[in-house]
Amino acid sequence: MINITGLKLKNPTILAAGIMGTTGASLIRISKCGAGALVTKSIGISQKEGHKNPTMIQLESGGYINAMGLPNPSYHNFKAEIEKVEQNTDTPVIVSIFGGTASEFVEIATQLLKNTEKGVIDAFELNVSCPHAEGYGSMIGCDPGAVGTITAAVKDVVDVPVWVKLTPNVTDIVPIGRSAQENGADAIVAINTVKGMAIDISSGYPILGNRFGGLSGPPVKPIAIKCIYDLYAALDIPIIGAGGVSCWEDAVEMMMAGASGVQIGSAVYDDINIFSTVSKGIDQFITENDTYTKIEDIIGIAHTKL
Amino acid sequence: MRPINARIIDIVNETPTIRTFFFDTELKSENIGQFAMVWVRGIDEIPMALSYNNAITVQKVGEATSALFDLNIDDSIGLRGPYGTGFTLPENNKKKSEVLIIAGGVGAAPLAPLAEKMSGNQGTNIKVTTILGARTESELLFESRFNNSGMLHITTDDGSCARCGFVTDVLSELDLDQYDMIYICGPEIMMSCIFDILQSKQCLHKTEFSLHRYFKCAIGVCGACCIDEEGLRVCKDGPVFRGTRLQNSELGKYKRDSSGTIVPCY
Repeated sequence: MINITGLKLKNPTILAAGIMGTTGASLIRISKCGAGALVTKSIGISQKEGHKNPTMIQLESGGYINAMGLPNPSYHNFKAEIEKVEQNTDTPVIVSIFGGTASEFVEIATQLLKNTEKGVIDAFELNVSCPHAEGYGSMIGCDPGAVGTITAAVKDVVDVPVWVKLTPNVTDIVPIGRSAQENGADAIVAINTVKGMAIDISSGYPILGNRFGGLSGPPVKPIAIKCIYDLYAALDIPIIGAGGVSCWEDAVEMMMAGASGVQIGSAVYDDINIFSTVSKGIDQFITENDTYTKIEDIIGIAHTKL
Repeated sequence: MRPINARIIDIVNETPTIRTFFFDTELKSENIGQFAMVWVRGIDEIPMALSYNNAITVQKVGEATSALFDLNIDDSIGLRGPYGTGFTLPENNKKKSEVLIIAGGVGAAPLAPLAEKMSGNQGTNIKVTTILGARTESELLFESRFNNSGMLHITTDDGSCARCGFVTDVLSELDLDQYDMIYICGPEIMMSCIFDILQSKQCLHKTEFSLHRYFKCAIGVCGACCIDEEGLRVCKDGPVFRGTRLQNSELGKYKRDSSGTIVPCY
């Protein structure tokens, strides 16, 4: 059992936003696959179809590039999906939300809390980091002031923890994390995808329907490790790692950089049971290593090895 | 994988609304019933069943399929795949197997190569019976491919060819005990009615249904095509599912649109 911002997770693996998170049934399935917590698809004010396909392809580097375009059924239609998760699992549910303004974030969060029973939503994750939806995400998340304003506005109206997911597509991620912390964020999630693009050389067309998108998978892991390391050094609130975790060794590395938990996304491509595989691997690592007695012992340990 | 470039080498008008596009490239399909993502550059990318090793058979229904119909020989598209599960052949534990294929409309596309493979022209020797349905005579797809593979029953909604009615009318009259496997692909309302019949006859364990849902990533990551109640990904856990896995599923009840909102499935 691991405690992150008051949420009790049976292990530190967490389903990342945007993966298998649109339906209650798919979230329940991921819970059965061993995830310690579930982050939903990012939910907005109104129904959104997302970008035209191709929306995601696997690249020869082992990474993935995607631009889904924040498709979602609206908070109104999403309510029933998360209620189903609550009825069928004990796994904490973190609802990812996005908006173009602080008042949109506030509307989504307050309406979702108002219209669901207590306990259905265990926390919110503010998506201020999607790299490919105009007017949303990292267009806001590059600005420490805007991130602070949105964090404070949501914190003001909710009684559940607020996680803030940051973009790595900035010169320095730390001032943005600091702004979130100063405005009441309970945790930082780092990182969202890294801006990228792929072009079809047979035709010259950008492959993604949106032309550009975000890179995920193993190639982004070192970028995530560095961001987590820097944020852990500068902040007091927990950091939740995300970016390229595909085995337990990756998760341990990320926790040693400072992550209290690790989100897993693209790696479900190879194995939907990745959550139990990774959490068992972490447990075994701790058990077999005399230096550590519990998972918490490895969090941020790299900062003591200078 | 990135999309591979596929040049159109032939276009066959199968029916007034259905065309087959043959390419200069083959996707190495391990199992019949897998699908390809077909990228009409600058427009959209859509899932399509492979109707031959190097061809897709398409009904004109929306923006992307209309754009495909505007293409000519020597034009190119992008292809990814093959993805997902395919059909499984009957277990080879007895000398002679018998199978039933039920195809409706453009749902005949993945089933025609299956019928051909099983009927013996690719090294197997399975007795194939097909029920092929269409709205009207001119919309019957791959009639000769099924006819050359075994026994063929035809139904048309308007009675313009053979029996007037639905594939389920024929199905209800057959002794299903004789079949080792039953394969189904067609409009959802058809598959739903067939599912109910086969469930009531306790046959679901020997059935495979090929489903369609809106796909985004097509590689089992995003979850846009997940079906209730098990959260099965149609693009990766399917599109071909054993009937028993679809019990208490959303089949025939509803689906989700591209935003993830629940909408009627027909």
